[in-house]
Amino acid sequence: MELQTVKFYQTGTFTVGNRLLAEDERSVQANMDRTNSLNSGHRACQGCGEALGARYAIDAAMRATNGELIAVNATGCLEVFSTPYPETSWKIPWIHSLFGNAAAVASGVAAAMRVKGTPGVRVVAQGGDGGTTDIGFGCLSGMFERNDDVLYICYDNEAYMNTGVQRSSATPPAARTATTPAVGREPGNVFGTGKNVPLIAMAHSIPYVATASVANLRDLERKVAKAMEIAGARYVHIHVPCPLGWGSLPADTIKVARLAVESGLFPLFEVEYGEITGRTPIRRKVPVTDYLRLQKRFAHLFNVAGEGRVAQIQAIADRNIAKFGLLEEARTHG
Amino acid sequence: MLKQIEGSRAVAEAVARCRPEVICAYPITPQTHIVEGLGEMVKSGELANCEFINVESEFAALSVAIGASAAGARAYTATASQGLLFMAEAVYNAAGLGLPIVMTIGNRAIGAPINIWNDHSDSMSMRDAGWIQLYAETNQEALDLHIQAFRLAEELSCPVMVCMDGFILTHAYDRVDVPTQEDVDAFLPPFEPRQVLDVADPVSMGAMVGPEAFTEVRYLAHHKQLRALKLIPQLSAAFQARFGRFSGGLVKPYRTDDAETIIVALGSVNGTIQEVVDEMRDAGTKIGSLGICSFRPFPLAQVREVLQHAKRVVVIEKCLAVGLGGIVSDGVRNALSGIVLKGHTVIAGLGGRAITRAALRQLFQDAGNDELEQLTFLDLDADLIQFELEREARARRSGPTAEAILRRVGTVASQVA
Repeated sequence: MELQTVKFYQTGTFTVGNRLLAEDERSVQANMDRTNSLNSGHRACQGCGEALGARYAIDAAMRATNGELIAVNATGCLEVFSTPYPETSWKIPWIHSLFGNAAAVASGVAAAMRVKGTPGVRVVAQGGDGGTTDIGFGCLSGMFERNDDVLYICYDNEAYMNTGVQRSSATPPAARTATTPAVGREPGNVFGTGKNVPLIAMAHSIPYVATASVANLRDLERKVAKAMEIAGARYVHIHVPCPLGWGSLPADTIKVARLAVESGLFPLFEVEYGEITGRTPIRRKVPVTDYLRLQKRFAHLFNVAGEGRVAQIQAIADRNIAKFGLLEEARTHG
Repeated sequence: MLKQIEGSRAVAEAVARCRPEVICAYPITPQTHIVEGLGEMVKSGELANCEFINVESEFAALSVAIGASAAGARAYTATASQGLLFMAEAVYNAAGLGLPIVMTIGNRAIGAPINIWNDHSDSMSMRDAGWIQLYAETNQEALDLHIQAFRLAEELSCPVMVCMDGFILTHAYDRVDVPTQEDVDAFLPPFEPRQVLDVADPVSMGAMVGPEAFTEVRYLAHHKQLRALKLIPQLSAAFQARFGRFSGGLVKPYRTDDAETIIVALGSVNGTIQEVVDEMRDAGTKIGSLGICSFRPFPLAQVREVLQHAKRVVVIEKCLAVGLGGIVSDGVRNALSGIVLKGHTVIAGLGGRAITRAALRQLFQDAGNDELEQLTFLDLDADLIQFELEREARARRSGPTAEAILRRVGTVASQVA
């Protein structure tokens, strides 16, 4: 294979190119020995945040386990775009069973590894937000509660994208989806609904919970690698923009993800045994409008009637910032 | 070794000797003692090299078994009634994936109205899910069928349900011969999967198949069941050769050689039917019975072979196909295609109503006298039905039907006679 020259450089957004880092601190993707677990040629849309997140997460998990990894997949975009037989993008053992049982199937695989005397082989379960926060939630909570040796990764694109952008319990307030259309007196998704599964995972006091974003891929890799060093139930919740469902430009996926983090709408934090042990400070706080304006699903907010509702979303971001201390930390260390 | 034990315990001991590697348990009402017995054996170390997992639902129980089986472990669970329905999606999935899971069904009714007692509504609802379904007549057969089931499942890469009547078998203390570990080991080789999640040889399992091949994949599932029609009698014979007793097989004809009336049924009621057949034979009636052990695959040829010379067939069904009648009857009629004889469907034993010898004797006599309707409900209280229909006709808001008829019946124990 002919090697391609890759240029890395420091960007204006506080991210740092690989060439400025020591070899062992560089991204798994910067290494030619990466496994390409989710290989090229799949059918994801342009700018798919989930494909990017899955590629980084699973390759990082593969490196952390010396290639001894089995993946279980819930029904959803990732399952569909990566596989229809006879093709598959998966270069690791992979199974899809149902929409709502990925965590339980993974528990079964982990049990088989213990009983077969191959506990070195680790298990990752993965699903979208629908398969995780809604239909798969019972199995997920059961896996957590039993402290089964499974890393569950949720790729959160905030709605059921595979079926045509319907609301999930991870859909944010005001977002337009096929089942929360932008019509009526309060267009889009209802305020005051939804659930925060990372915090619910935290309440299970499992060994490790983290949120991550495709805007900060090295942080994502670090969290997955850390998760694989821990035995028991672990949960990583990755924010993955969906250009199709969000009405954002494919080229803006990283930008949109970053604005979600920097506005405070998607806080990055780590939890060990029910205690918050890490948070990623916001380096440069942006108003939520910077994030919302790039997405057609929030277009209805930007008229006269939408003003109060934008303020409500800003209040949610501000509450997150206060709750997780996302700015205080920046001042301390900045 | 002969033991006087509960049916559930007998099954637990049989399953333990099959060396399961992952057992999942969820105690949905109604629960049997099977997984409790196995859990104790795992915890005490009596059953070694086995993971026992307490899950949060029946859906999870079978899903854990799916993961374990796909990863190469011999997996087992037990369920019944609402539990089986709650795992329905995974029931189809396990069969579609070709995973040789064995699951006991302690047959019970399905609500509403909620009812924990025996009938076949649960397993019948899953008859087309792609699992092999074997129905035990006795506790000994239930025990034996589990040993055969693991071998059958693993030879075909097809899951197997062993169905045994809830309470009537699962909770009955009976004498059973529990085989030795050595004999079971000799009969049941270790599990060698056709497909497995292996880091040394990665495969993708369970991906999408479109119209271009879905029919072929489904046909092969059917073909697997056709192969089971040959394999089930072979395994039953091999089992008899090693353990010295007959259990399983496709069908069990009883005194059918010159029978004009043949009674068809599944499960434990066959014991009662055979007693009535004996009584009526003694009185000179040409009657026999046919127990069907393998309901899926349905042994069309064997059923036809036994029934074709009879004058009439009475199918006793412990499940009602609402709006039609009987489910087993459909298969029987299919088996008798082109043969003209009288066919009767009798819905009996729903929700645990006792099927008595007296009621059966009357029924079979009515059939012999050609006084039986095509579809009847054994011991149906016609007055009660009439009362409720009239009550409902009187008022639009007539309230819950079940409550009204129970008020009429009064607080009584389950009626036996």
